[in-house]
Amino acid sequence: MERIPILKMGRFLLVTIQVDMHDRLALTLQDDLTSDIVKHRARGVLIDISTLEMVDSFIGRMIGSIAGMARLLDAQTVVVGMQPSVAITLVELGLSLQGIRTALDVEKGMAALTAAVSDAREDADEGTEF
Amino acid sequence: MKVLNSESMQLRSSEDIVLVRQAVRKKAIALGFGLVDQTKVVTASSELARNTIDYGGGGTVQLELVQNDRRAGLRLIFEDRGPGIPDIALALTDGYTSSNGMGLGLGGAKRLSHEFEILSTPGEGTRVSILRWK
Repeated sequence: MERIPILKMGRFLLVTIQVDMHDRLALTLQDDLTSDIVKHRARGVLIDISTLEMVDSFIGRMIGSIAGMARLLDAQTVVVGMQPSVAITLVELGLSLQGIRTALDVEKGMAALTAAVSDAREDADEGTEF
Repeated sequence: MKVLNSESMQLRSSEDIVLVRQAVRKKAIALGFGLVDQTKVVTASSELARNTIDYGGGGTVQLELVQNDRRAGLRLIFEDRGPGIPDIALALTDGYTSSNGMGLGLGGAKRLSHEFEILSTPGEGTRVSILRWK
């Protein structure tokens, strides 16, 4: 079966979506990512959409679900590399991906994930003092 | 308005949605659409193709290059023989959905197009036409 590869890099999972995804492929990615978060005890997920020429409401919803499921599994999600034409179209479509962290490129996305995970750790450390 | 070129495609499965997006992109490029306009019409076609499959039980899309005395454009006509939409105004409302979508399909496609027409008869089917001028 056709699948989008998920790479493990330290505590993070990296996904680069390079194909024009049909709906079932998008749902498979959602399932694979959530099970990989648990399997690898990942703290963050980076989704690179820089080669995606279009994000419609289905793919947008899939990205939102991944971020929501990841959050429940104690992982942060960052979406990187959205093309300007895709951003313009998404807002006009009525989808602003609220609550989803974004970054301009992979490097900035990794920095955002690293910062988010270390903040979470500090909060947890403070919590154990009591 | 003259129709310069017309092509019909079947809409049965989610793979067909991808094929429609690619065909629409190709025609938009041939018409000389800029990247933002290409993306808008491709995204609108994806929403409507999915509606045709999910709500209409499948159907067809007609891709037409049109020309009036001033400009050229791309018209897409989606047709199905599904259950039809009893309340079109409600179906155009953002957030309204009868299955698992986000309810942005129809309203979103309308906002991404210059012209939008919908005809639906309960029990007979739905026809949605969008046009984007260059």
